[in-house]
Amino acid sequence: MSVTTLLSPMGQPSEPVSRSVGGGLLDPKMLLKALPDAARKLDPRTMYKNPVMFIVEVGSVYTTVVAVRDHTAFSILIAIWLWLTVLFANLAEAVAEGRGKAQAEALRRTKTDTLARRLTTTGEELVPAPQLQQGDRVVCEAGDVIPGDGDVVEGVASVDESAITGESAPVIRESGGDRSSVTGGTKVLSDRVVIEITQKPGESFIDRMIALVEGASRQKTPNEIALNILLASLSIVFLLATATLQPLAIFSKANQPGLPDTSALGVHGVAGLVLVSLVVCLIPTTIGALLSAIGIAGMDRLVQRNVLAMSGRAVEAAGDVNTLLLDKTGTITLGNRQASEFVPVGTTTPEALADAAQLSSLADETPEGRSVVVLAKANFSLRERASGELQHAVFVPFTAHTRMSGVDVDGRQVRKGAAASVMAWVLESSGVVPTETAAVVDGISASGGTPLLVAERNGDAPPQVLGVIHLKDVVKQGMRERFDEMRRMGIRTVMITGDNPLTAKAIADEAGVDDFLAEATPEMKMALIKKEQEGGKLVAMTGDGTNDAPALAQADVGVAMNSGTSAAKEAGNMVELDSNPTKLIEIVEIGKQLLITRGSLTTFSIANDVAKYFAIIPAMFAAVYPGLDKLNVMRLHSPQSAILSAVIFNALIIIALIPLALRGVRYTPSSASAMLRRNIYIYGIGGLVAPFVGIKIIDLLVTFVPGIG
Amino acid sequence: MSASTLAGVAFAASIAVAVMAAYRPLGDYMARIFTSTHHTRIEKAVYKTVGIDPDADQTWGTYLRSVLAFSGVSVLALYGLLRVQSHLGHPYAVPAMGPSQSFNTAVSFVTNTNWQSYSGESALGYTAQAVGLAVQNFLSAAVGIAVAIALVRGFQRSRTERLGNFWVDLVRCTLRLLLPLSFLIAVVFVAAGEIQNLHAYRSATGLAGGSQTIPGGPVASQEAIKQLGTNGGGFFNANSAHPFENPTVWTNWIAIFLEIVIPFSLCRTFGKMVGDKRQGLAIAAVMGLLLVTTTGLLVGAQLAHHGTVPTAIGSASEGVETRFGVPDSSVFASTTTATSTGAVNSFHDSYTSLGGAVTLFNMMLGEVAPGGTGSGLYGMLVLAVLSVFIAGLMVGRTPEYLGKKIGRREVTFASLYILATPAIVLIGTAVAMALPGERASMLNSGAHGMSEVLYAFTSAGNNNGSAFAGISVNTTWYNTALGLAMMLGRFLPMVFVLGLAGSLARQHPVPASDGTLPTHRLLFIGFLTGVTVIVVALTYFPALALGPLAEGLH
Repeated sequence: MSVTTLLSPMGQPSEPVSRSVGGGLLDPKMLLKALPDAARKLDPRTMYKNPVMFIVEVGSVYTTVVAVRDHTAFSILIAIWLWLTVLFANLAEAVAEGRGKAQAEALRRTKTDTLARRLTTTGEELVPAPQLQQGDRVVCEAGDVIPGDGDVVEGVASVDESAITGESAPVIRESGGDRSSVTGGTKVLSDRVVIEITQKPGESFIDRMIALVEGASRQKTPNEIALNILLASLSIVFLLATATLQPLAIFSKANQPGLPDTSALGVHGVAGLVLVSLVVCLIPTTIGALLSAIGIAGMDRLVQRNVLAMSGRAVEAAGDVNTLLLDKTGTITLGNRQASEFVPVGTTTPEALADAAQLSSLADETPEGRSVVVLAKANFSLRERASGELQHAVFVPFTAHTRMSGVDVDGRQVRKGAAASVMAWVLESSGVVPTETAAVVDGISASGGTPLLVAERNGDAPPQVLGVIHLKDVVKQGMRERFDEMRRMGIRTVMITGDNPLTAKAIADEAGVDDFLAEATPEMKMALIKKEQEGGKLVAMTGDGTNDAPALAQADVGVAMNSGTSAAKEAGNMVELDSNPTKLIEIVEIGKQLLITRGSLTTFSIANDVAKYFAIIPAMFAAVYPGLDKLNVMRLHSPQSAILSAVIFNALIIIALIPLALRGVRYTPSSASAMLRRNIYIYGIGGLVAPFVGIKIIDLLVTFVPGIG
Repeated sequence: MSASTLAGVAFAASIAVAVMAAYRPLGDYMARIFTSTHHTRIEKAVYKTVGIDPDADQTWGTYLRSVLAFSGVSVLALYGLLRVQSHLGHPYAVPAMGPSQSFNTAVSFVTNTNWQSYSGESALGYTAQAVGLAVQNFLSAAVGIAVAIALVRGFQRSRTERLGNFWVDLVRCTLRLLLPLSFLIAVVFVAAGEIQNLHAYRSATGLAGGSQTIPGGPVASQEAIKQLGTNGGGFFNANSAHPFENPTVWTNWIAIFLEIVIPFSLCRTFGKMVGDKRQGLAIAAVMGLLLVTTTGLLVGAQLAHHGTVPTAIGSASEGVETRFGVPDSSVFASTTTATSTGAVNSFHDSYTSLGGAVTLFNMMLGEVAPGGTGSGLYGMLVLAVLSVFIAGLMVGRTPEYLGKKIGRREVTFASLYILATPAIVLIGTAVAMALPGERASMLNSGAHGMSEVLYAFTSAGNNNGSAFAGISVNTTWYNTALGLAMMLGRFLPMVFVLGLAGSLARQHPVPASDGTLPTHRLLFIGFLTGVTVIVVALTYFPALALGPLAEGLH
């Protein structure tokens, strides 16, 4: 299995608009594979960390002793199912961890025993990669595996980073600027670079990744801790409710001396087996069993999307984000400006303008130039001229000095470029500038676009301005809907751009973001984050440059692009391996989904208890107080079948919910009210009703078991 | 619907309307009391005499220590008074109260429980009643309100360690709210025929020639604060069934109104102080929803009982004053158990099993619907915090309530709060049922006898103070055990509430957005109601099953 397929199950960086956050499916084979791990986790020294399941384990030991002593079908079955309850909980955790382990295994394989070419004062020496220290300089040439994390300090090279990103296209890494960082384990494909090592031995990016996906460095997140406290105290309440029941039961029994003992209730009170069953059914085992699996799976979902969160805390914070700072380029707009319109001036026809524009752009390989050709073809069906057609053409390349480009062909000169430059070129030869030209140019500028003037000179005739190409930023498709969703979720989006306020406003309006920061500098970004945080808001941002580092560190969720500098990666609390800033939105969704899953399963778990009472209480006491049989609304077959069914349901529901815990509750961006309503209906009301049905069905089945029915 | 049922509905509905009418003015008035910066001259004199700096702002720890110190001194003072009352000179002979009963009574009145293991007319003199019990009726109510206000300040304030000044809250609540209102009410009660004198008991010969003793006492003044401060400790043993305490149908109406008016109106105070009145209304709505439901169930159980005698006469009228009739008495029984009052105008022991179960359930809710003065509000707010935690997770954010994050500390305090009272009630009941000597205190055997014990500990642990009757509790064991239950049931929750207030006040507020869980809408009101009921039902269901349910389901 290759690393690529493991790390990037979706193959490509995700589309900007992916509606809901999916997740890995549960493979029955994974359950089997996780079984040994699950069994190992039965060790009480591991179990006590999960107080809810530890209580179940203690109960299992007790019931096993009882079953061995009196070996009735009932006691044996209860003991078996209690052990299964614990095992299922461990299984959930083991499966969640298993997925990470497979990824870690693949990553480990990339840690080959690289020999590094360390530069010394006299030349270079070969040292094993693990012995490299911070500050060492190493040389890498085509074919070399980079021995450790660092920054390129000399040269430029193309690097294959598929080992960590799963993306096979090579990336350029060069000294200086924001693309200087390289990661150990990746491979230089061409050229030669000198790298200064920035990692400490044994703390490389890959090491950290392995620790993260394996869950070795997993710490409980704040909300998880709070939930654990609530679950522990609920468990204590139910332990108390059950323990204090015993004297009341003894009294009730003693008060009716004529009645025979039942398997549930005798002179010495409720049978221990039954009390244990009651406790296990009441304490929140469902959520207790799945809680850690939910957390691990949440991190895992991020890893599947090629995002590395340095802490679970950051993932949770992502769900809480109030303000998203999004860089314009690459996130909101496509990387480059594109021709969107031809505006002819004077007597020129649109076709003539398009033709001239296309001609002037044929040799222009910039994305802007290509977009002119594409637009001409799309709007006026002007096909690209084959190279043979323009044999005598002389292309005039763009220079920073002339600020225009064009072509000379068959005595015809066509020029395209910045308005002022082209205008000057025309006026130089006393050419014609139609009066409305200035207005069109200003109009395009005002709307946030870039005007490119097209002019032509035929032979000795005076040159003439034909019209204007409207270049504009192209907002990625679906962004407006995405931002509308964000708004419904209560998240404010702020576009960060280096453009002037006018341009910024036009794009902000088109994209539908709530606000923008124009002519942004790193200091302004930092100030904006601090201002938001001052008002109690949580801020998420993406960044890649070294000068983004302070802001990344300041932001509550700082997502560094993998292509960025090591300073940026160090400062952020997440690294986006695909370097796709749009992922920020998905990260927020995954954070929310994590919390929703916990909350929903807690609600479900507690709501389940109602039905279990209706099964167990009449089973325990209907013999003493026949009126209590009225509570047996499910009309369960016998006291034994009722108790057994409740215990079995309690165990099976854990297995049934493992896929949900791993995948996360379905999440569609909507307002808090709508989301709460939906989840209360499904997990609250559903949690009340489901066990009534489930226990009844199991009861019908267990009556076929000899010794129970 | 029979005429008496209809009259009962009109009785309850008119009280509800009156409470709604008082909600706003009284709530706003209370908000002013606790936010004003002005000290009256009398208050200044009090602060000067006692040596308090009224402008000192306390941390939650200091606030808590003030509450505990004040209550501790109050218990000691009341205990001393009861022990020496035989020397105080009364118009009639009163023996000193025994140590265990004095402890029980002192704790009972200081904790706003007003559980009575004595009979007022024979065990207490006027001094103990007026200087001891009546004073605590005021102060214990004020302490509850002060703690609730401290919690509200926790929501209202941010980035501070300070929750206000307990002594100022206590003095203002007493002088500006409870005393003036009680005075007015006492005047009305005197007009209605309640007695207010310091006469010796009189002997009289009745028409049939038998002799009887007619007691006297400053009853009306104590009755006013007994109801207004959700105390419930009767001047006489028969409590609100006694004609000197509750002579007419309309004093019965006033008594019920007084029980619930402050607990409900405090929700408005809360809303006003946190700057969002809808939040207060939502809390009041949950309380109202629960109270109306349980009252309906209780009245229904009393009217529709299928026993032979009740069927024959149309309702379960055993133990009910004919002055009030079954519906009005049932409404009283419901409000007195749903608030922490615990006054009774009929005998809950005589109620139908399911009717009795409702009174038990009302208390088991934790006295939050609407609960005691102050304790009702803080109890419900703690439940709201827990509900917000679960519901907040379900909308995908770190849960927040009124802009305050509900994190580890907050959940810890809230969890301990909901753990404390059930632990006291269940352990107390279980121990009593496990000891053969204490079981003998039961008047009835079987399920009903068990209900009596369960009721006693539920009433004490939740600081209600009403008695199921039928159980002899004036034994050293019960006096001590119930005394401890009352003490722990009052002050443990207060520790957690003030701790919660402290950690809320320290926080930065989080601005609300569309992603924030709205806590004023119907959906949340329903969720909070559900959480309250389910948490209680799950905790007490086994005990209820072996008590009133075992008896009541046929």
